[in-house]
Amino acid sequence: MLRDQVQALCKEHVPPETLRELITANAPWQPELWRVMGELGLLGAAIPEACGGVGLTYRELAIINQELGRAVAPVPFFSSICMAAEAIRLAGTAEQQARWLPDLATGKRVATFAWAEPSTTLLERPLATTIEGDRVRGPKTPVPDASVADLCIVLADRGGEDCLAVVELDQDAVQRKPLHGFDELRQHGAIDFRRARCEVLEAASGSAFTAALFDEFATLLAFEQVGGAEAALFMARDYSLDRYIFGRRLGSYQAVKHKLADILTALELATANALHAADTLAKGGPDSRAAAAAARIGATEAYETAARENLQVHGGIGFTWEANCHFHYRRARLLALSLGSVEVWTDLLIDALADAANPSQAAA
Amino acid sequence: MSDHAQDEDYRLEVRAWLAENAAEYAEPREFPEAELVARSKAWIRRKHEAGYSAIAEPVAAGGAGGTSRQAAIFEREEARYHTPTFTGVGIGFAMTMAAIKGHGTAQQYEHFGTLTHRGDITWCQLFSEPAAGSDLAGLRTRAVKDGDNWVVNGQKVWSSWAHHADWGILIARTDPTVAKHKGLTFFLVDMKSPGVEVRPIRQITGKSDFNETFLTDVVIPDANRIGAEGEGWACCMTVLATERGRTRSARAGGDRSGSVRSLVRQAAATPRQGGSALDSRAVRAKLARWYVREQGLKNFGKRLDEQARSGGGFPATVALVKLVSATLLQETHAFLMDLDEYAGAFSSDAADREEVFYQYLWSSAMRIAGGADEVLRNQLAERVLGMPGEMRADKGVPFNELPY
Ligand SMILES: Cc1cc2nc3c(=O)[nH]c(=O)nc-3n(C[C@H](O)[C@H](O)[C@H](O)COP(=O)(O)OP(=O)(O)OC[C@H]3O[C@@H](n4cnc5c(N)ncnc54)[C@H](O)[C@@H]3O)c2cc1C
Repeated sequence: MLRDQVQALCKEHVPPETLRELITANAPWQPELWRVMGELGLLGAAIPEACGGVGLTYRELAIINQELGRAVAPVPFFSSICMAAEAIRLAGTAEQQARWLPDLATGKRVATFAWAEPSTTLLERPLATTIEGDRVRGPKTPVPDASVADLCIVLADRGGEDCLAVVELDQDAVQRKPLHGFDELRQHGAIDFRRARCEVLEAASGSAFTAALFDEFATLLAFEQVGGAEAALFMARDYSLDRYIFGRRLGSYQAVKHKLADILTALELATANALHAADTLAKGGPDSRAAAAAARIGATEAYETAARENLQVHGGIGFTWEANCHFHYRRARLLALSLGSVEVWTDLLIDALADAANPSQAAA
Repeated sequence: MSDHAQDEDYRLEVRAWLAENAAEYAEPREFPEAELVARSKAWIRRKHEAGYSAIAEPVAAGGAGGTSRQAAIFEREEARYHTPTFTGVGIGFAMTMAAIKGHGTAQQYEHFGTLTHRGDITWCQLFSEPAAGSDLAGLRTRAVKDGDNWVVNGQKVWSSWAHHADWGILIARTDPTVAKHKGLTFFLVDMKSPGVEVRPIRQITGKSDFNETFLTDVVIPDANRIGAEGEGWACCMTVLATERGRTRSARAGGDRSGSVRSLVRQAAATPRQGGSALDSRAVRAKLARWYVREQGLKNFGKRLDEQARSGGGFPATVALVKLVSATLLQETHAFLMDLDEYAGAFSSDAADREEVFYQYLWSSAMRIAGGADEVLRNQLAERVLGMPGEMRADKGVPFNELPY
């Protein structure tokens, strides 16, 4: 039901023609869809009722993100809701949650989450961005939805420890520069914090906390990827049924059937892994890292293959701006990079498995 | 003098000439489309005057009457520069000339060879149609005989650079009452003829390199028919084999950007915790596998050239060249983005990422244009391995009795 609702909204507000118009206008998002999502309580799905949300679970967030991924919807849902609001919920004090979350739940304000820095990969330390007192300084790039966000959760170093802080972006000590990206439907920016005022989220910090937070982000992102992969797969299937080649439907050739069956297989495994990761994280347990990494790697590869082969099945048409294949061809690449590449998650996964296999060494 | 000494003399002469004449193209430069076309033609003209255009072709056809060894030497020397060229040049020099040489008259070859090799005209390829790509023989554009002329009506699509072409190679149906590839005939069409209309198609790159070409009552003199009536399919096969063989030319290997050597360099220069990306065994395994494929293509290309030179053109295994190189391009350019993690999805002056983005997009077209991956695999299986073709509903059925 939730799934159908989001699908219908995307059909209405961000059909492919609208995506093309947004790219042409260099517009960073579709605010109307955002407003409606706020009104319907979709933005507040996982935000506690006490903070103006609906108080549902992680599962609902995942479903919404999957459907937005299917539509390549240009709204900052992953930035503002899956990352920033979750960070506030998990790391903020009750008072901080009550202060920041209600406006995110209605969509009145948009937040983003800045973790990437020019010279480190995900979870590499030290961070160049530092916090002293109530000031943050350092470069963060790329930051998703940087130009539409009002607030930014910054991952920074405080006295050698990871910590998170909320920054109001509308201040002189914050400099935002737009980046030109491969996927123009999710705009990013570079943000330079020059001793900007910030408020540290005091309820949780430290590298173990950030690592767990990224497991959650990766799991939610896997749903977005799986949604995109499914869209690309069925786009290819539909086209192969319409197109006649050598007097036969393209879809009747075994080469095409096998290609799509392989993608379906990868997609089903990726979806199952994402669902498992969501359950594992909800319970919290020692296997969370491996579950999240498996979700991330499987979803990334499934989406990339689905996006490439969808374009391929379309032939020359697939290379045109008027066809919709390119939205996924670009988005699959962006999502493959936006939260640590497969290379990074491969290492995280194998380290987690090795630690589990040899707990004494891990403790040492 | 030995062959070798002669080659060396020729090489030195070419080097000196290039140093004097190609100096302005020592570094890569970007030109607006129209200027690129004009410069490409001017460059051909200059080479022609010096005897370096179409070196191995006869003088009567605008060539230099030299040897294929000389042509190869010049090509290698010229590749050190970034001399201007565009799709229409290759379509003319390689594909069109192959068709005329193989199927046209000596007179046609001399006439159009001279115009082409002198840089007077460039060409586009008017083969594909909305319902006829892989299944090219299903094309519907009609040519009807009218005295000494043909009158052509139909729609072509994906015509690369047709908006800058002077002439086009065209395949049209002249007899719908016979099986589909039997009723086709090959023509040369002046793109300035009344009734030719070229409309741009926007690509996923944002550019419009290819077009829809509408042909409405276009008159083509019978003198511009290549080969016999009904021989069009054979002409197309000649063109397509040449197109596929060309994909390789001067590209694979070396140290140019995108080559595996350059990827190794870039990985070594990409910092990772305490070292570089090249420390990763996963990265090494990928690079090694790509190098083996890249070098395989290069070495396979040499063998192909030898076979082609000893007569008989390219063997059917030529299909694997584009099959391998297009996927290699796609995988390696995704990797170049991956290397820089999140930042790899955004432009940066330092990393020339716009070029990486472009190549990653372009690779998707490479896997389709001029014979898509799946079609090439069928060719390898059927023509090289001798496996039976797919069941076809259209086999031997006259075109006008096909149900679709
Ligand atoms: C950038 C670009 C430039 C081009 N330039 C030119 C040009 O200048 N002139 C020109 O005439 N044409 C040009 N083309 C057209 C090109 O040759 C065709 O796109 C190509 O032949 C494929 O045809 P199609 O687009 O109709 O795809 P289709 O034939 O519809 O193929 C769609 C998909 O079906 C697959 N397929 C086909 N048959 C089978 C089978 N039996 N079994 C399994 N799968 C199969 C294909 O591999 C492909 O993936 C260009 C194309 C591109 C992309």
